Amino acid sequence: MIKHLRSAADLDAPTATLILDTAGEMAALAGREVKKLPTLRGRTVVNLFYEDSTRTRISFEAAAKRLSADVINFSAKGSSVSKGESLKDTALTLQAMGADAVVIRHPASGAPHRLAQWVDGSVVNAGDGTHEHPTQALLDAYTMRSRLGRLDGLKVAIVGDVLHSRVARSNVLLLTTLGAQVTLVGPPTLIPLNVAAALSPKTKVSYDLDSVLPDMDVVMMLRVQTERMQDSYFPSAREYSRRYGLDLARMRKLPEHAIVMHPGPMNRGMEITPEVADSSRSTIVEQVANGVSARMAVLYLLLGGKA
Amino acid sequence: MTSYLLRGVSVLGAEPTDLLIRDGVIASGPATGADIIDAAGLVALPGLVDLHTHLREPGREDAETVETGSRAAALGGYTAVFAMANTSPVADTAGVVEQVWRLGREAGLVDVQPIGAVTVGLAGKQLAELGAMATSAAGVRIFSDDGHCVADPRLMRRALEYVKAFDGIIAQHAEEPRLTEGAQMHEGEVSTRLGLTGWPAVAEEAIIARDVLLAEHVGSRLHICHVSTAGSVEVLRQAKARGVRVTAEVTPHHLLLTDELAASYDPVYKVNPPLRTAKDVHALREALVEGVIDIVATDHAPHAVEDKECEWAYARPGMVGLETALPVVLSVLGERWDLIAERMSRTPARIAGLTGHGTDLAVGDPANLTLVDPSARRVVDPSELASRSRNTPYAGTTLPGRIVATFLRGEPTVLDGKAVK
Repeated sequence: MIKHLRSAADLDAPTATLILDTAGEMAALAGREVKKLPTLRGRTVVNLFYEDSTRTRISFEAAAKRLSADVINFSAKGSSVSKGESLKDTALTLQAMGADAVVIRHPASGAPHRLAQWVDGSVVNAGDGTHEHPTQALLDAYTMRSRLGRLDGLKVAIVGDVLHSRVARSNVLLLTTLGAQVTLVGPPTLIPLNVAAALSPKTKVSYDLDSVLPDMDVVMMLRVQTERMQDSYFPSAREYSRRYGLDLARMRKLPEHAIVMHPGPMNRGMEITPEVADSSRSTIVEQVANGVSARMAVLYLLLGGKA
Repeated sequence: MTSYLLRGVSVLGAEPTDLLIRDGVIASGPATGADIIDAAGLVALPGLVDLHTHLREPGREDAETVETGSRAAALGGYTAVFAMANTSPVADTAGVVEQVWRLGREAGLVDVQPIGAVTVGLAGKQLAELGAMATSAAGVRIFSDDGHCVADPRLMRRALEYVKAFDGIIAQHAEEPRLTEGAQMHEGEVSTRLGLTGWPAVAEEAIIARDVLLAEHVGSRLHICHVSTAGSVEVLRQAKARGVRVTAEVTPHHLLLTDELAASYDPVYKVNPPLRTAKDVHALREALVEGVIDIVATDHAPHAVEDKECEWAYARPGMVGLETALPVVLSVLGERWDLIAERMSRTPARIAGLTGHGTDLAVGDPANLTLVDPSARRVVDPSELASRSRNTPYAGTTLPGRIVATFLRGEPTVLDGKAVK
């Protein structure tokens, strides 16, 4: 098993499949009355969060607690971090406290890579800047596999601000590893120029959502921040919605079996309409539940649990 | 003043001969009373001249001082360095440039020539008192806002014109700021993969294209700092073919390293302009050999440990380079001694109007020279650097060549590979 999960590229197909299979076993646990395994009793998992992200933090917290680990939440607010302590000094502190795993969310790309050089424990990337969010990709892949029964050969459109999206990067890498065919869709300003060469030569790019939809098994809508308008990535929220938003009319262009995903938090009315988000094709709430199972699987396997 | 006889030295790779240094100059005649230095197997080069050094004093003496930077320079084979203006306070007045110049004289290890800021506080709004710096004791001839681009085209035009009165030259840090907001590394496949904001090649090329046209229009000299892209080379090639009076430098690290190194997220590889692709490296090497790029300049940029031991995005850009420049160039160009002397000594001295450096080491020339052992190999160990900072990208790398001795006006600053003071 790998030691750290810094990037979805750390996972080869057998390892990724093992994590998804393990997540399935963890999910079965959620249906029981006692939702707890003793596996990580006595182990310490630190949630080191430099960005506000309640949903990701509580997901990791629930995952670690269901495995009986001791959980320490270390948030940048109200800690020495706000007094200017460096990441290295924080790392040495966590090291001295005997952290077995550090789950890090950080606004700077590559912070998990730096952290891994300074701590002995496992490092799990819970989102770093505009780089990656590998556990999100794992829970997305798990969701697709549960709903559609397979990943190999699946056609997945990832739509929106790919340029700034850590979710998109991790999903392209992981889904390609697992045999899916990814098409990135968005305005050219928000798709990196050389994205296929950079991430995976099999990746396709389209600027026309309507032409892509009829062929897709999965459409994943990315959150688009309205402040991108100020930087001229697109002219207005209205124009963005018109060209790249998923509404009922567009959803009807999808094949019958296709699902709609969103990593959250959503801008309802911007990249996705409420009718679509709340439709039976939407897996958005399921993704949240699956997040706990996927993160349990990651912590379980990284910290030496046997599958 | 001690005399020295360099016995069996190869001047620029020629047949071994004896070279006599007396009264600060290359001398002829009997070597009576001279200290004899066995220079068999060593190559003598004119002392190297660096048009682009950050000495950090005043302001960041924890990263480097004029003295420690001078020592690093001498150990690298340099006899003159040009100190960039982005100190604190900025070298934008006669007072600050004279302070740096005086500190250099006191250290006495290399000739420290201050570069003056083009604009007040490097803010790009208003010309600094360029004339006052030119007529100061420091005798400034090169002006640069390095670290910042003189982005305003009208201000750049005025600066190019104004310095003609005292044969000055503007050294431009070519970076269109609107195209590099938040930029962290070269924009390309690697930046996309790493999720780091890209610094597109066009941001450099667009400014160089604009500035060669401005220099052509007003008939001024222009120097381009740290050229880093294949596209910039093409712009320069065309401008030179038209007769534009433009010169350009390339750093050792842009001749050797590529953007793939950023994959470690170790900010020791973060530099501005950023490391580019292998294709750019290839074009820069060719341009240096051809002369489209005129010189090698180090952009020696010392940084304190805490400014590098952090997240990539929060780290300061820059690498130390004075002590590794010649070995890197040797590894890139091979033992082409005359070409090395041209690119690292004679031409930079000529661009700067610096007399007494970059000579042919003929009898009567000031004895500013360095002795290199080309057969030696050295593994770079950051803890051994004389610079106060440790941010070398070459830690653990084996590089050819060892600087054995350096002489400044006939006095050794380095002997047996060690600084004399």
